[in-house]
Amino acid sequence: MTNPVPPTQRTPDNEPAAAVRTAIAPDQDGPEQPPSLGKLFLANLWAANSATVTVLALVLSMLIGAVLIVLSSPDVLATFSYFTSRPGDALSASWEVISDAYLNLFRGAIFDGEAFAAWQAGEGSWQRVLAPISETLTYSTPLVFTGLSVALAFRGGLFNIGAQGQAIIGVICAALAGFLLPLPPVLHVVVAVLAGALGGALWGFIPGILKARAGAHEVINTIMLNYVATYFLAWIILQNGVKSPDRADAISKPVDASAQLPRLFGDDLRVHFGIIVAVLATAAVAWLLERSTLGFEMRAVGANPSAARTAGISVGKTYVLLMVVAGALAGLGGTNMVLGSTASALTPLVIAQIGFNGILVALLGRVKPWGVLAAALLFGALTAGGNRMQSYTGISLELVSVLQALIVIFIAAPALVKALFGLRAARAGRAQTKLAKGW
Amino acid sequence: MPGVEELPSSDLTAPLQEVALKLELRGITKRFGALVANDQINLTVEPGEIHALVGENGAGKSTLMNVLYGLYQPDEGEILVDDKPVHFTSPSDAIAAGIGMVHQHFMLVPVFTVAENVMLGAERTRGGIAGILDRRRARREVAEVSERYNLPVDPDAVIEDLPVGIQQRVEIVKALTRDVDLLILDEPTAVLTPQETEELLAVMRGLKESGKSIVFITHKLGEVKAIADRITVIRRGKTVGTADPATSREELATLMVGRSVKLTVEKGPATPREPVLQIEGLVVDDDRRVRAVDGIDLTVRAGEVLGIAGVQGNGQTELIKAIMGLQPVLAGSISVAGERIDGWSTKKVLGAGVGYVPEDRSADGVVKEFSVAENLILDLYDRPPFASGPALNRDAIAGSAKERVEQFDIRTSSPGAAVGTLSGGNQQKVIVAREMSRPLKVFIAAQPTRGVDVGSIEFIHSRIIHERDVGTAVLVVSSELDEVVGLADRIAVMYRGRIIAIVDPDTPRDQLGLLMAGIVPDEIAARGDRGAYAGTAASDANEDKS
Repeated sequence: MTNPVPPTQRTPDNEPAAAVRTAIAPDQDGPEQPPSLGKLFLANLWAANSATVTVLALVLSMLIGAVLIVLSSPDVLATFSYFTSRPGDALSASWEVISDAYLNLFRGAIFDGEAFAAWQAGEGSWQRVLAPISETLTYSTPLVFTGLSVALAFRGGLFNIGAQGQAIIGVICAALAGFLLPLPPVLHVVVAVLAGALGGALWGFIPGILKARAGAHEVINTIMLNYVATYFLAWIILQNGVKSPDRADAISKPVDASAQLPRLFGDDLRVHFGIIVAVLATAAVAWLLERSTLGFEMRAVGANPSAARTAGISVGKTYVLLMVVAGALAGLGGTNMVLGSTASALTPLVIAQIGFNGILVALLGRVKPWGVLAAALLFGALTAGGNRMQSYTGISLELVSVLQALIVIFIAAPALVKALFGLRAARAGRAQTKLAKGW
Repeated sequence: MPGVEELPSSDLTAPLQEVALKLELRGITKRFGALVANDQINLTVEPGEIHALVGENGAGKSTLMNVLYGLYQPDEGEILVDDKPVHFTSPSDAIAAGIGMVHQHFMLVPVFTVAENVMLGAERTRGGIAGILDRRRARREVAEVSERYNLPVDPDAVIEDLPVGIQQRVEIVKALTRDVDLLILDEPTAVLTPQETEELLAVMRGLKESGKSIVFITHKLGEVKAIADRITVIRRGKTVGTADPATSREELATLMVGRSVKLTVEKGPATPREPVLQIEGLVVDDDRRVRAVDGIDLTVRAGEVLGIAGVQGNGQTELIKAIMGLQPVLAGSISVAGERIDGWSTKKVLGAGVGYVPEDRSADGVVKEFSVAENLILDLYDRPPFASGPALNRDAIAGSAKERVEQFDIRTSSPGAAVGTLSGGNQQKVIVAREMSRPLKVFIAAQPTRGVDVGSIEFIHSRIIHERDVGTAVLVVSSELDEVVGLADRIAVMYRGRIIAIVDPDTPRDQLGLLMAGIVPDEIAARGDRGAYAGTAASDANEDKS
């Protein structure tokens, strides 16, 4: 029973590109103009996922999120108890709480009209106008790194579940270099960042060499090393010379100011130099994968290790290199959590879930570097907006995590999205399902 | 009723000469999207006839048979059994109508016995609700069918212990116990040795005498001519003609391909020069650490083709892998142009001027997700002009790809298309093009034309001979005897990890067949050119001749 291959079959890569052409067609004036840089970026952004599926996944998760918002507010639920007599009450109350929540999500993540009006009137500062974007970029930065880490490993055929552990070792090394080494300003931050990358690289090297030499499966080993890293962090914070002498709880000394990543627009906005490094890292990973001989080896090993071996590529060496680079990227993600503006000292939860969210970001970005960047921006925006939503409307920040999870679930199950919206299951969707199965 | 066994309901006591089934396919059309796999195909199989269905890979033979067997529904056309239209929605419908199929890849459970496999899917039970499998009855059925049609099999043998030829026989027995009158054999000889093929042909003749009709799918023209009563040729989904067995091979091949092809490899006499590839006392284990190559001495000279014949699994794979540095060498030595290469990495071996076409194209030869251009540099990507420092030189890659696509006649929509979208023959040409695009001392091709269409076979063979004529030492491994005989200047027959003889390509087929089965015929044994020093002896003889 052979599966017939239709002759019109295009490579999976062509498919989203075709979708992009139709998606951006209305903007085009001339027929065959060379695409501008912006359009190239858009193309990559959309190519990261079939545009329709991404948008629909967002819409669907927002809808489910809306239901959850209603369920989680007792006042609105109370109006539903007399729904039959006065349905208007329930509906307007629901609409109010939902729109309020999502409006605040938007204001916290992208643009706050009130702050803009205040600035126009000369009452507020321009920083307040840019604050939502600044927050979004701040939360996105570490996710770009961990997302790239997972995506790069995946392209080389490895499942790096260990970005979390690599980020933890990275944050420890960066923080130690940040408060233990007495170095002059610029050099200090460079050394601290490199220390973080090296720490992550080391933590990636271990499962890499185990895979190459002993054939040990990297999924098991990276998961186990996550635990080791987590508890190592909890332990090292309490050690003499590391623990803050002024505090009773588990927190380390703060990183020297000279080791902090500089903020881009002054102290009022949290966005820092890390986002620039993140964009550079995205470009570097994209170059590595598509334009370099090393990336050629990695992709060949990822797609068909036995053909790569037959062609003289050392599969083991490639696995080790992949995990080292992936670890370094995740380490940089961790570094941003302590040298950036979210925290300046180690705590047991200093890196939150950036490693695990990196897996989601990589999947959402369809394991392509620029797609990862776009996905990280979306996740950063949801977190930034969720903060405002929580403080303004009292809806828990956890809703954002639920939204993020739902988006990824729908992205991973394009057939489901398309069935829900009555779209014909396109080949692109099936390709995505295949990708999702890989996880 | 002690001692009296109830006969199975199937009509096993009927006289040998049964009323066979007449099958007619009218205007069968099957589309997959825009591809028309079968386009208005007509086929009539008369009762008791062996009807060969020939065509290139992808011509639509298997699709047609899957339509007939109820696995696909035709978009147009009808199937008539004994002049009555039938409609099959599943293989069980087809079986009920008396049509059975033996697939190219056997559908047997390796750990089950023959009897268990035969009853699988039609298990009979006893004990009422308890549903105990009636193994005894299954065994009896196997015994009866195998005796009746002269297909000896042991009902209690476990499938995985049986040779491929016997496994195939089990498949046939299985189909016959379902009481079918028409048997479809899908490329049945692809996996068989010449002897096993002969036996299969004898079985087919026997079945025909018992009144069964057979549809025999193949692309081996020799067998077609030997056994078929009528031949239908399919090309690109259409019936292009019906021929009788008297038609010459060349005419049949022309019908299949749509243009005239040369079936014999055209080559002048070889001019062997100095030894280039020298193997002494080589010992290699396979992946399961079972001895696969057991002390081999072999010499391949510049300007000659040494063919290795043998049934698959006699150590050929491991021999080649050991040369390429893909399998560890346990003892012995391998040298290329006087330099020891055993223990070298694959990259170094390739760099020393060894070109390699692996036997498993999709597993080891190409990266299907990669473009044609990328596959063309799979083992050259880190050398100039394709790499400049750590970066790939995209212009050079694209330029060279364009050139080689033309030069090697690779049929692809563009060099940027994924190799997975190409036909098997064109994928193979990509590999051959890649390996021949650098200066070579040794060229090793394992199964160079497996699953490749007739037109591409001709092309690949001519490139191999060209490589020989420019002075490369060529080693060809193939389980296809025709290929070895056609290409080789000397043939080494491998059996159970040893070279049991090195013979001339004009050695009679039956002797080669015996050698492949591990039997050294007296004529060859008497000549004494076998064993450890056969390599040099035979090549000297070869030199004398030319």
